[in-house]
Amino acid sequence: MTLRSLLKKYRAALVMVVLFVAFLFLFPSKAGRAEKSLLDQLKTMLLVMPPIFVLLGLLDVWVPREMLIRYMGKGSGLKGTALGIILGAVAAGPLYGAFPVAAVLMDKGASFMNVLVFIGAWSTLKIPMFLFEMQSLGARFAVARFLVDVPGIFLIAFILNKLLTAEDVEKIYSASHDAK
Amino acid sequence: MENLILYGVVAVLLVFSMIRDRAKTKKALMKGLKAFEGILSQFLIVLMLVAIVLAVFDPATISRLLGAGSGFMGIMIASLVGAITLIPGFVAFPAAAELLRNGAGVTQIAAFVSSLMMVGLVTLPLEIRYFGKKAAIGRNTLAFVFSIVAALFVGWMVAR
Repeated sequence: MTLRSLLKKYRAALVMVVLFVAFLFLFPSKAGRAEKSLLDQLKTMLLVMPPIFVLLGLLDVWVPREMLIRYMGKGSGLKGTALGIILGAVAAGPLYGAFPVAAVLMDKGASFMNVLVFIGAWSTLKIPMFLFEMQSLGARFAVARFLVDVPGIFLIAFILNKLLTAEDVEKIYSASHDAK
Repeated sequence: MENLILYGVVAVLLVFSMIRDRAKTKKALMKGLKAFEGILSQFLIVLMLVAIVLAVFDPATISRLLGAGSGFMGIMIASLVGAITLIPGFVAFPAAAELLRNGAGVTQIAAFVSSLMMVGLVTLPLEIRYFGKKAAIGRNTLAFVFSIVAALFVGWMVAR
């Protein structure tokens, strides 16, 4: 990476550093709190992030995605749904990263219910994210959220599946084929 | 203690991976590093922003807006902010923890986290491109309502 592209990438962060330092000088009475808060957050990050991101890389390399996708078609039943959850849970990245993958799933014949479950699992059941949530917000918080999210994902997928007509789903499948 | 478990589990997995396939393990580590580097800039920005916001608003103000006593209004504010903002969970969790330490309520923070992860107003156009208007708007609406339910459950579980 060249210095120029590095600068471009971190330009916003550098601007923020300048603003932060300016803030410290302009409001000395608030500086202590701002510094302490920043240090606390940095400490959490440095402590927790290394293993999380190693795990993220390991999941990415070892989970055979192609194979999982092959078994998610119509009539795959519980197994297909479970695979949808697993596929979402080992994912990394923000929700919008799931849409292109969902298009691939639909293209390979995954049932719409399984695609919806996959989207739900990606949005909120990611394993590295769950571990990180547990570290920063507490085990009770993260586990409670996980427990309510699993039925929630199914409920949302179920209602959405009922809400859409066969024709709607047909349209989505052909559109996703083109969007890829 | 929890950190120790996390480090232990990942270390064991890493050793297994090394034994199975060195090249793949190296690739995994590079991927992890790249993913980390990818969010680093955004991460630093949010950390500093939160630090400034927390320095300006004292715990009393935060707890009035988002505290346990802020009730349903606080939950609504939190889930709306979560629905609109687009920050990765890795960035949001330390910030959310910092808000909790400074007077925000558990239910309110859970509402923020839930809708942040499940609802995406900014990415709605993209979602519509893949799923069409009906499915995309339907999913986001359902997810928004659900994130409030989930928050109430989390708040209740943590308080117990």
